[in-house]
Amino acid sequence: MGLKILTEHINVPGIETLEVYRKHGGYKSVEKALKTMSPEEVVEEVKTSGLRGRGGAGFPAGMKWSFLAKPEGVPRYLVCNADESEPGTFKDRWYMEKNPHGLIEGMITSSYALGANTSYIYIRGELMFILRILEKAIAEAYAAGLLGKNIMGSGYDLDLHVAPGGGAYICGEETALLESLEGKRGNPRNKPPFPAVKGLFQSPTVVNNVETISSVPWIVNNGGAEYAKVGIGRSTGTKLISASGNINNPGVYEIELGVPVEEFIYSDEYCGGIWKGRQLKAVVPGGSSVPILPANLILKTAAGEDRLMTYESLSDGGFVTGSMMGSGAFIVFDEAQCIVRNTWNYSRFYHHESCGQCSPCREGTGWMEKVLHRIEHGHGHQQDIDLLVSVAKQIEGNTICPLGDAAAWPVAAAIRHFRDEFEWHIKHPKEATAPGAVYRGQLDAVTA
Amino acid sequence: MAKVTIDGIEIEVEDGTTILQAARKIGGKIVPPAMCYYGPLKGSGGKCRVCLVKVTQGSAKDTRPMPKLVASCITHVQDGMVVENTTNEEVLNARKSIVEMLLINHPLDCPICDQAGECSLQDLSYEHGVSAQRFEEERRTFNKVDLGPYIQLHMTRCILCYRCVYTADQITEKRVHGVLGRGDAAEIGTYIENVVDNDFSGNVIDVCPVGALTDKTWRFKNRVWFTKPLDAHRDCPTCSGKVTLWTRGEEVLRVTARKDQYNEVEEFICNTCRFDKKETSDWTIEGPRHIDSSSVISANHYELPVLNVPIVPNLPVSTKKNLPQE
Repeated sequence: MGLKILTEHINVPGIETLEVYRKHGGYKSVEKALKTMSPEEVVEEVKTSGLRGRGGAGFPAGMKWSFLAKPEGVPRYLVCNADESEPGTFKDRWYMEKNPHGLIEGMITSSYALGANTSYIYIRGELMFILRILEKAIAEAYAAGLLGKNIMGSGYDLDLHVAPGGGAYICGEETALLESLEGKRGNPRNKPPFPAVKGLFQSPTVVNNVETISSVPWIVNNGGAEYAKVGIGRSTGTKLISASGNINNPGVYEIELGVPVEEFIYSDEYCGGIWKGRQLKAVVPGGSSVPILPANLILKTAAGEDRLMTYESLSDGGFVTGSMMGSGAFIVFDEAQCIVRNTWNYSRFYHHESCGQCSPCREGTGWMEKVLHRIEHGHGHQQDIDLLVSVAKQIEGNTICPLGDAAAWPVAAAIRHFRDEFEWHIKHPKEATAPGAVYRGQLDAVTA
Repeated sequence: MAKVTIDGIEIEVEDGTTILQAARKIGGKIVPPAMCYYGPLKGSGGKCRVCLVKVTQGSAKDTRPMPKLVASCITHVQDGMVVENTTNEEVLNARKSIVEMLLINHPLDCPICDQAGECSLQDLSYEHGVSAQRFEEERRTFNKVDLGPYIQLHMTRCILCYRCVYTADQITEKRVHGVLGRGDAAEIGTYIENVVDNDFSGNVIDVCPVGALTDKTWRFKNRVWFTKPLDAHRDCPTCSGKVTLWTRGEEVLRVTARKDQYNEVEEFICNTCRFDKKETSDWTIEGPRHIDSSSVISANHYELPVLNVPIVPNLPVSTKKNLPQE
């Protein structure tokens, strides 16, 4: 069993109440930070810890915090991005549901570090029941003097609000989130200016993922250096992984970064192997927007080394033979799954969720979905594969926000690694559209 | 002041100028096209992505290139910045891709579209488009919507530049239309059904780069290249009264604001001038409006009249013999 930073007490009955949470060492970091540390010292600890953004991009959190502009007389804001809606990702909702005070403690400590006196948790609209849990926990914290004016007699004031979104995936993009939080249509903004300079209500703002913020209390309590000891290289600390797909034990696991992928899939401590004794076909290691990898490339890198659950190892080989850590949504496919169908499913999602602001994404996502739909349903042409590659390339990098890239990458990667499966679909439409039909060519090649 | 080099041409501009504005100062072929950016409207731009350019040197201090192509209409120049537009293969390819994307759901009904001849998308496709079509699916369609007595909305043609939204926000008191829906189902609409009705509502027609918003007093009256543009003015209590009249013979077919070569209006005009004053007697005519000679609009009236050409020129002698002699 590895070190549990976020989930140590998560299964304690009643941990969602303030009383039980405090009994298990809750809100110690607030006391320590507010009474004994300056905001700069907290930022410094987070920098030392090497904590990286857990929402997907993996940008060092301490660095992001230090970029925050600090003009005189302008309020600063901390916004927690709880708009978790990437297909395959369910760690934040699980964490907030089980341990709302963990997030609130992180919000108080982080807001103190950034000098924010008003902070927001922007939560996905579908998670209304979690919003109620959070509101209840916030009310408890207000009553105990952990929020509001003069927290714990330190002279520091903080108001924390929970704001529900309308359930749009695009509002997980930080500038679209801020627009939505301001009450406008959730369109991503053009950057620069970045939120650290002009964010919420045109004031300097930091937007962090739930998991990032919830890791801060442990760092404050135990020191950034202690956190940096966990993990490998620049991937420090622990990460929540939402494991799903054709595995024996789907669920959320907290791992120390650096666990080998093979161990993560097959050990009983984690996924417990592929279900029904089947073979592994492919893995999407970081949520639907990162490139899919076939079994041979997910277990070993192109150089033949063991692939580890770290930011660096998962992206080893670039997009040619690697993928990304993303938000840590580990989706496993067994031999009976059809990659074409899955790719179509993903692109249907991005087509539906594109905000429609900039032309390559608005038109391109729909185009890819239609072509993939055709291939999956037995009406594809041979040139469609190259067409998809070309359209994906036309979207990538030309859009305002990363949704365009997120839509293009899975399609490009699926064709890169499973081109023969696409070709089989086009050449043998009758077999491919039969119920339960799956192309096995590549698997046989792997086992041979 | 900042020195910036665009396609090898150096120019000095004020700080805070965008790359596009700097390029327009140089003028000519190196100006990136713009479908959503509109000078007079604050906050416009960055959406259509046709103005993408490559910054090969960020500034004199930081000589690294920018990793991605940037939208020139919203990117500010830095001293020592080097920009490539028409000289960069990557930029031209990206532009071609984006034109293709803009056209896949466009109905291409130019033969019956009132905007034809003065349509930015038409010009853009002519210059950067490809003749082949790779999109074989059904196009997205919408029903036509009446936005009050003067304006008709053809959502099928819209490229979602948001210009009309900014116009209504910035020059009228209350905006009643906006973008509804998301992705390629996004549409301009008045939620639920409303009339766009105020003194300056007609300007959304002028800012529309395509034929999505059309003037109902002009629809199907004539093709724009058959009409003659004349600068004219009148004493108007609500606006400047400086307009362009589009005439055929004695008839005033249409009134628009005066637009420059980038289709940007000089001054917004009011609905009375635009829709109600359709007599030449309403106006003091200043003279013909200059139209760029490359525009199709100039095709019919800026050529010299053809005089004294023999009706039967250079026919063979045998044919001439058989013609009735004078």
